[in-house]
Amino acid sequence: MALDKQGIAKRIAKEVKDGYYVNLGIGIPTLVANYVREDISVEFQSENGVLGMGPFPFEGEEDADIINAGKQTITTLPGASFFDSAMSFSMIRGQHVQLTILGAMEVSENGDIANWKIPGKMVKGMGGAMDLVASAENIIVAMMHTNRAGASKLLKQCSLPLTGVGCVKKIVTNLAVLEVTSQGFRLLEKAPGVSIEEIQAATEGNLIIEGEIPEMEI
Amino acid sequence: MIQKVVANVGEAVKGVTDNMTLMLGGFGLSGIPENAISELVRLEVSGLTCISNNAGVDDFGLGLLLQKKQIKKMVSSYVGENDEFERQMLSGELDVELIPQGTLAERCRAAQAGFPAIYTPAGYGTEVAEGKETREFNGKMYVLEHAFKADFSFVKAWKGDVAGNLIFKGTARNFNPNMCGSAKITVAEVEELVPAGTLDPNQIHIPGIFVQRIFQGKTFEKRIEQRTVRQKE
Repeated sequence: MALDKQGIAKRIAKEVKDGYYVNLGIGIPTLVANYVREDISVEFQSENGVLGMGPFPFEGEEDADIINAGKQTITTLPGASFFDSAMSFSMIRGQHVQLTILGAMEVSENGDIANWKIPGKMVKGMGGAMDLVASAENIIVAMMHTNRAGASKLLKQCSLPLTGVGCVKKIVTNLAVLEVTSQGFRLLEKAPGVSIEEIQAATEGNLIIEGEIPEMEI
Repeated sequence: MIQKVVANVGEAVKGVTDNMTLMLGGFGLSGIPENAISELVRLEVSGLTCISNNAGVDDFGLGLLLQKKQIKKMVSSYVGENDEFERQMLSGELDVELIPQGTLAERCRAAQAGFPAIYTPAGYGTEVAEGKETREFNGKMYVLEHAFKADFSFVKAWKGDVAGNLIFKGTARNFNPNMCGSAKITVAEVEELVPAGTLDPNQIHIPGIFVQRIFQGKTFEKRIEQRTVRQKE
């Protein structure tokens, strides 16, 4: 069975290692925080200016001065810090944040990503996404393998305006875990009960299948 | 000690005229200079270019200036949380320049720090870099982005003293410190204005040298854009 969004988040949570500072994008990436192992130390960064983000506040304890990049009210954990926007992006551009997890509309086999603009539709802006993808050493894309129309989101070449070039390293979808290599998308794992044929059919870009492909452990 | 206090918001925005370029602090509705925005609405100055990460919502923040069609151009990283903005943008009444959030912050900071421009990897290979100078450093490509030039900077801080020293609170800090001293005149509105010597010099986020005018805001609504809570178990 293909994974749901929670399943994708659970699988990505396994990529979060002890001692990591992590930036989570909006959507599926936000869910990852719920599944990170409790016996490791991780701090979540929000690019509007907080490191050490905690859960949502209890009702009545919301503070207009403490929000995340999605403009949601949040709390902070012991050891947290606040900082200005330039310093926030110094953390990102300076590669002090170890892992960036974000969503995408399209990813190409050479690691280009498009996730901010659909020509002809209302354009809201890239926010911090271009800074994040241009700088992070380790970028994982969390997305569905195909779009609502059923078309592949893993392409030879992105058709939408790009957010960044050659930057995506790993992709976790509802069907598979893939690594971006110089030859294309290398299949690392398949979702439980999903066949290689299904993954192949849903992948427009070059799919590299070498040896036995294990099932994801979630 | 050099005094920076002005009597009220009217004095604070004195000198703002049509077609000026303004920087406004805030992320979403957090840490926006509410009092200065209200006064700009009242003054009916128009043709403004506003450098601000976001553009407010329909009835709050920069949305208030948009409603009155006082803004000619927005320079932001993320917009469209309000219908009037979308309408003006699609009809061509409003010019919008979208730039990466980190680039926005650094173009403010460059102006503050006296750098004419900076190189950033953000946007390389995308439409954001079109027509801009690019350069390779250590095998990676970067885009040249210029420091902003603005007439006024409007920022909001938590506490400030009469010398213009500022302390921010929580994530309401965001772009505010980066916009201090980044325009010809920086105007700070604070929730609490205290005498010199009250704030611990060790705790100052922005020294008064970057601030030309400071005043205590009359009201701060501090509206929450996305109220998210969890239930007690």
